[in-house]
Amino acid sequence: MLKCKEVSELCSQELERPLPMTDRVGLAMHMMMCTGCSNFRKQMRLLRQKMHEYADGRAPSEPDQSSAGESADRAS
Amino acid sequence: MPAASPTPTPDAKAGISPEALVALHSDMLRFAKLQLRDTGAAEDAVQEAIEAVLRQSGTFAGQASVKTWVFAILKNKIIDHVRQSRRTIAVSSLGEGDADEDQMLERYFVENGRWAAEARPTAWPDPEESMSSRQFWRALEACLERLPPTTARVFMMREFLGFDSGEICNQLSITPGNCHVMLHRARLKLRDCIEKGWGHPGDGRC
Repeated sequence: MLKCKEVSELCSQELERPLPMTDRVGLAMHMMMCTGCSNFRKQMRLLRQKMHEYADGRAPSEPDQSSAGESADRAS
Repeated sequence: MPAASPTPTPDAKAGISPEALVALHSDMLRFAKLQLRDTGAAEDAVQEAIEAVLRQSGTFAGQASVKTWVFAILKNKIIDHVRQSRRTIAVSSLGEGDADEDQMLERYFVENGRWAAEARPTAWPDPEESMSSRQFWRALEACLERLPPTTARVFMMREFLGFDSGEICNQLSITPGNCHVMLHRARLKLRDCIEKGWGHPGDGRC
């Protein structure tokens, strides 16, 4: 039976490569009875999606006057 | 089938306005700083991206948002910097903080491998929901900044720049096992930090 710690590793690894069948079955069984890991897995997928959105410039803009001013100061 | 010609956006007609680019500058710099962790290198990457944007603005088709188009160019400049700086990465820094890392894992999991009560992941609100969206992005940025430098570099090379694990191993001269461990730790930490900073903002008062 997989432990939550191992499950958290598998939830990370499944974002990197297809998992072997035994791990996939183990994950599925664990998810049925563990809400903590089930939440963890959803959050891992959400993090990947949000990181991609950020890098694609799809996060809302945050006007930041201070850093613009900083650069201008440095340039002068 | 040829549809009626799409209405061109103002950007498509006029290229990219200097104002639009200036408005994106701080977003660009924050993104570059997150990944490169070096203000000088981040400013260089942003400057190179702006020059490239100006050179290529005639090719902007208006299909993507200006920000998405500019970020794609910036991402390439950041990738150049990451590739150029491969030799400056101290492999020894991989070992730094290992004791801390072990402590972190002990804090998240109890002896039988289950989640510790205070670290067990709880259901998050939907970040698309308008009230929490901006806070989510702020928490994500703040939590990325808090990751240890090498862990952050590996995680963002993977998720921001789209390097596969093999290329990360090559760039940083680490083993695939090392790479997976660092990605796992980055994800555990990031998740925990976001949950505390955003997932349950009201918890402190209960």
